[in-house]
Amino acid sequence: MKSYFKKNKYEIIITFLMGIFVLFSHIYDYKTGIDSARNFSESIIEMISFLPLIFILIGLFDVWIPRGVIEKHLGENSGLMSIVWMILLAMLQAGPLYGAFPVAYMLWKKGTSVRNIFIYIGAFTTMKLPMLSFEIGFLGLKFSLLRTILSMPVFIIIAVIMQKKFGKSFSMNDGKH
Amino acid sequence: MLILAIVTALLLIISFIFNATKTISALRIALRMFLNLLPQMIPVLFFIAFILALLPPEAIEKYMGQDSGITGFLVAGAAGSVALIPGFVAYPMAGVLVKNGVSYPVISVFITTLMMVGILTLPIERKFFGWKVSITRNILSFAAAITIGTAMALLWRFL
Repeated sequence: MKSYFKKNKYEIIITFLMGIFVLFSHIYDYKTGIDSARNFSESIIEMISFLPLIFILIGLFDVWIPRGVIEKHLGENSGLMSIVWMILLAMLQAGPLYGAFPVAYMLWKKGTSVRNIFIYIGAFTTMKLPMLSFEIGFLGLKFSLLRTILSMPVFIIIAVIMQKKFGKSFSMNDGKH
Repeated sequence: MLILAIVTALLLIISFIFNATKTISALRIALRMFLNLLPQMIPVLFFIAFILALLPPEAIEKYMGQDSGITGFLVAGAAGSVALIPGFVAYPMAGVLVKNGVSYPVISVFITTLMMVGILTLPIERKFFGWKVSITRNILSFAAAITIGTAMALLWRFL
């Protein structure tokens, strides 16, 4: 608990300052401040009632999905199935884009083709399952489906362009220098 | 919302029947993620609430709404390319923006650039791929985001 406060000390200070700002807005009848407090409380109530559900789904997903099955197929480079395995691998990840680069490096070391590396990056950025559950929750199924379906061919095209342009000279570093 | 609650409850019960320990560790993961997210989200949501209180709804409608055209895409694309907001914060934020008149295609450009384009993380990316590959990937991804947004705008009305 103590380390939790320590880790989030800036956020807690900001939250405290926000509270003071709202308090003074009410005292001096500052309309923008009062309106922001109202906007904020509406959205935070929605988040707090909604987020635990999504996180429980992500938690269940995390403990039940067999990652090993996919990892077995990572050496494959050609054919449609290798694209499918790349996308599946990426969908099971979480975290920011720069978290994908070390994985891409590992894939490259294992002999994954340039095209498949960038398919991995593309799927990682647009199709991670935990993110999709968030997206459906906050923006709706229609938006999420449409965006995903449109993104897939686009990042595959990017991967093919990258393969054409850099295929022969492509190399990666471990990111340490 | 109600459907989500029912589905989650059902899955939780099924999971518990099959394997109680696994289910408890799933709940632990959920709690940890929630507690990690909350402090990050409060300032961002307040900032958005403040900006929305400051801007008249007509301005949002004009620059990022249904008929904002290429202006909306470029504003959203530029914001998404430089912002460093984790997805778990970005989607709730996008939800608030949509409720306040920002159109879905504009949001798709924002989300796509946020995820695929990283100008501030370029120095990290180039350590793995080198400058040439990294810059090419980012430029192609920006173009991809605008393409996806345009396709969204064309298809949205028909679906």
